[in-house]
Amino acid sequence: MQDIGSAFALAFGLILSGDDGLARIVGLSLRVSLTAVGIAALVGLPLGALLAVARFPGRQALVVALNALMGLPPVVAGLVIYIALSRSGPFGSLGLLFTPTAMVIAQAVLIAPILAALSRQVLEAMWDEYAEQLRSFGAGSWRAVPTLLWDGRFLLTTVLLAGFGRASAEVGAVMVVGGNIEGFTRVMTTAIALETSKGDLPLALALGVVLMAIVLGVNALAQGLRDLAARRGA
Amino acid sequence: MILPMVAEGLRFSAGGVEIIRGIDLELRAGGPTLVVGPNGAGKSVLLRLLHGLLAPGAGVVRWAAGDAARRQAMVFQRPVMLRRSVLANAEYPLKLAGIDPARAMAALERVGLAALAGRPARKLSGGEQQRLALARAWAMGPEVLFLDEPTASLDPAATRQVEAIIAAIAAQGTKVVMTSHDLGQARRLAEEVVLVIAGRVNAISPAPDFFERPPTGEAAAFLRGDLLW
Repeated sequence: MQDIGSAFALAFGLILSGDDGLARIVGLSLRVSLTAVGIAALVGLPLGALLAVARFPGRQALVVALNALMGLPPVVAGLVIYIALSRSGPFGSLGLLFTPTAMVIAQAVLIAPILAALSRQVLEAMWDEYAEQLRSFGAGSWRAVPTLLWDGRFLLTTVLLAGFGRASAEVGAVMVVGGNIEGFTRVMTTAIALETSKGDLPLALALGVVLMAIVLGVNALAQGLRDLAARRGA
Repeated sequence: MILPMVAEGLRFSAGGVEIIRGIDLELRAGGPTLVVGPNGAGKSVLLRLLHGLLAPGAGVVRWAAGDAARRQAMVFQRPVMLRRSVLANAEYPLKLAGIDPARAMAALERVGLAALAGRPARKLSGGEQQRLALARAWAMGPEVLFLDEPTASLDPAATRQVEAIIAAIAAQGTKVVMTSHDLGQARRLAEEVVLVIAGRVNAISPAPDFFERPPTGEAAAFLRGDLLW
């Protein structure tokens, strides 16, 4: 194992030289996580908005279940998806196991409840303020959902970024359903775990630096959006 | 025409407390009706019952036409501004009702906010927000406009502007029904006064009569500034 100093030097060398292997892993990671966030948003945000405005039997149980699913262990989610996609599983014939698509599904399953639960909290506070006025305008619950989603767009972007942060930092589920196959399903987190176990610290460190940069960038973007929202009275 | 409106035997309770205790009321076309009374009398709840935002525990509200809900509007004490521009706020209810949104800009011009059409609505001052809320309601062309203490949190200058807009709306034929605990405002705006005390209508009277010959002892006490309950 190299000493820490030379490992860092090699890591930055890999980043600055635009190493192909590193770029491929980072690119796949971003593609998988962004696609998963997009799919999870299509389900999670409208569900969160509906839970914010609608009152129906079982709503409270659904809210509790969503909150509980925010803490769903990634390896458990990965195991469930693995069983569903394995040859003997209900979706085995699709041949998705150990593909980037399986990783997208696993991450989407993990973060959809997070997006739904967080957006419900954000939009419920907004609904408390809007409800009487929108009812006076003649807008029922269904019409209120797109209104809340649009008016809450800045806050919801922060929710999406939180989901992206969770997806990009996740390792357990993508390892189980993706298999960490070099050049095909290897992403930053699984590569870091593998290279560390092999004692190849430069690549692991280089990936760690890129991952941290992404996380910092996402947080900076979230802060920027919060500031923009405050300036625009949103 | 959705007027006259007749409310019969209205009752409303919340949290085990009876707030409206049997109100009979008739609203006819004409100048502004001011619903006055001490704080906690039930004025705001009465307006919400008449507008249909609250369902009465007992009693009924009857309008002369069936689609009354679409032909009335309400402005609240604290105007709720959507997180959009001034113009988009004025357009929102029009689009919802399938009315030409071009009417929004004309309404903004009438309340003196056309120059601020592109500004975020929530960045307006309290008085400007209330004028926007009035423009938003006015653009709908309501036959009846409910106003719940629209100047309660405004300074005198902003109050004067809002009252001028309310008078203009009424002058165009919209029936204004407005709560207030400001007797001076009632003198300035009202054609008819409804005094509500402890969830009941105590007096209904043309404004000049109400102030010059109070129809009940409670009305006289209210005008003197006595504590009524």
